[in-house]
Amino acid sequence: MKERELVIVGGGPAAMAAAISAHESGVKDILVLERDQFLGGILNQCIHTGFGLNHFKELLSGPEYAQRFIEKITGIKDIEISLQSFVTNLNSDKELTYLRPGEMEEVRARAIIMATGCRERTREMIHVAGTRPAGIFSAGLAQKLINSEGLLLGQEIVVVGSGDIGLIMARRFTLEGAKVKAVVEIQKESKGLIRNVVQCLDDFNIPLYLSHKISKIYGKHRVEKVDVIAVDDNFNEVQNSRFEIECDTVLISAGLIPENELIEMAQVEMDKKTNTPVSDEINKTSVEGLFVCGNAFKIYDLVDSVTKDSIIAGEMAAEYLGYKK
Amino acid sequence: MKKEIICIECPNGCVLALEIKDGKIVQVEGNKCDKGVVYAESEIENPLRVLTTSVMSEGLSVLMVPVKTREPIPKDLMLKAMENIKKIKVKKSVEVGDVIVKDLMGLGVDLVATRSVR
Repeated sequence: MKERELVIVGGGPAAMAAAISAHESGVKDILVLERDQFLGGILNQCIHTGFGLNHFKELLSGPEYAQRFIEKITGIKDIEISLQSFVTNLNSDKELTYLRPGEMEEVRARAIIMATGCRERTREMIHVAGTRPAGIFSAGLAQKLINSEGLLLGQEIVVVGSGDIGLIMARRFTLEGAKVKAVVEIQKESKGLIRNVVQCLDDFNIPLYLSHKISKIYGKHRVEKVDVIAVDDNFNEVQNSRFEIECDTVLISAGLIPENELIEMAQVEMDKKTNTPVSDEINKTSVEGLFVCGNAFKIYDLVDSVTKDSIIAGEMAAEYLGYKK
Repeated sequence: MKKEIICIECPNGCVLALEIKDGKIVQVEGNKCDKGVVYAESEIENPLRVLTTSVMSEGLSVLMVPVKTREPIPKDLMLKAMENIKKIKVKKSVEVGDVIVKDLMGLGVDLVATRSVR
């Protein structure tokens, strides 16, 4: 089995910041495993601006923010980047198995940083009754299909949940010529940044229903309509408040879950509620030399904060490997 | 006249209390930085937004090239601008910042690539 000093799983902002930082702290042998065919992770589909104000003191789009790290990391010869490389197994001895086109590789790492990001909560997790027709997407999936693949997914949209991705996608659908009929949020306040409520909803007169939920989705082959109902402070349905909205598409923007299946394989002690490693210190896990950073460690509001904490992860890994500060 | 608006310049989202006279701002309160004043003036007199979208590519490594207006454009023209931008196809490789459309709709603002695509 090949031995490597530091293996980083992921190729998004967390992985790139951690790799560059570990290298700057002295680590000479770094392998980055990214499953996609490009570096950049989720930033590639986040084509809106709003990134970089803290880290670069500049307003950047997602791809621009990623590009700065891509240029830096690809210029460092001690960092090997393996794209289309999908990790299938990890154990507590820090041995990894990964697939890349035509090969299955096994590698033992002295230290590992997991920067595997997060996934979206789905319709099933928020318990919406009704049928299961075409036209129901998680907001981030819709973002990828529209921004990266050029598909318009529907004409009349209802967004469930008011997380930032849902708000951004409400604007995106509107710009693409679709009609966003409502954003429905069960809480009393939007879960997204207030600036996104202003520039994504208010700018286009998109109604935001707070303290409301979608109680049922209708449609045989394609979404036809949804039931919306008001809820009280205890999230109980308010009688006689139900109304219908006709639509062909429902977007679910109900939050993110850290993606940590691999470290579970390595018997890392997990907090089942948050799906994150149990740790009293940032980026650490119960397995020595196995670090987690970025949205896999906790869900961040801003990529700038991911970068900041992932730089620390790189330094922590370097220190663990014996490089003095 | 008094008016409250929310600053969108950064994630802080300051609530700005404005005092407006004859369509001009005479006082801004609630801003944590100078950007708030500039934003408030623009928002009352001529609201501007950076437009971001993506355009089709042909023969490149990705299907869509993300783009933005290098400077903000009038908010009311965003949908009109989208109609124009939808007709564009990028056929040559581009670097971040390369101009995709010069002087978009005569607004004096260029549409530029936000990803390097080879």
